[in-house]
Amino acid sequence: MAETDLDVMILSLDIVIYSLLGISVLSILRIVFGPTPEDKMIGLNLMAAQVLAILVLVAVKTGRTILLDVALVYAVLGFVGILAIARYFFQGGKQQ
Amino acid sequence: MTWVVQALMALGLFFAVMGNLGVFRFPDVYTRLHASSKCGTTSVFSVLLGCMLAEGLSAMTGKIIAISIFFLITTPVAAHIIGRCAWQRNVLPWRKQKPRSEQS
Repeated sequence: MAETDLDVMILSLDIVIYSLLGISVLSILRIVFGPTPEDKMIGLNLMAAQVLAILVLVAVKTGRTILLDVALVYAVLGFVGILAIARYFFQGGKQQ
Repeated sequence: MTWVVQALMALGLFFAVMGNLGVFRFPDVYTRLHASSKCGTTSVFSVLLGCMLAEGLSAMTGKIIAISIFFLITTPVAAHIIGRCAWQRNVLPWRKQKPRSEQS
């Protein structure tokens, strides 16, 4: 009984992982064809969030704790990257 | 417990599909930002909650809690930064009809 529960859990985790991989093609298309730079930043933000979810799912499925550290560092670097792109391209704040 | 985890995963998948469709299909920066920030946050947080319930009490759950707290703080801040950049570059919001001052 316990083994079938584990199999069902691993199957559902697999379904969620591959569906997230398939559906994030749409945000990659938005990154490629975005008319303005803000559209590309929106697609990048959503893509980073979904890669974070995929990393956590793979870590839970395979039982490797090291992938969670990778996911945390990826989240930090994604946020700092969005901040740096905004500062570099748009000169926000009271600097103008 | 397995049913709760599967329900949370299905909820996260539904919101991920809706958010990506909105980002691909909507006509403007602000509407795309609306779809991206709300649906992205909800889908990833419910997937992380399902992972916590699937793992039980272990060292992995503490790390997932730390990741989810960081994610819930930083994603609305990033969305606000993008929206402020678009507003400062004078990107006009999309309307179905043009305003009356521009029609005549």
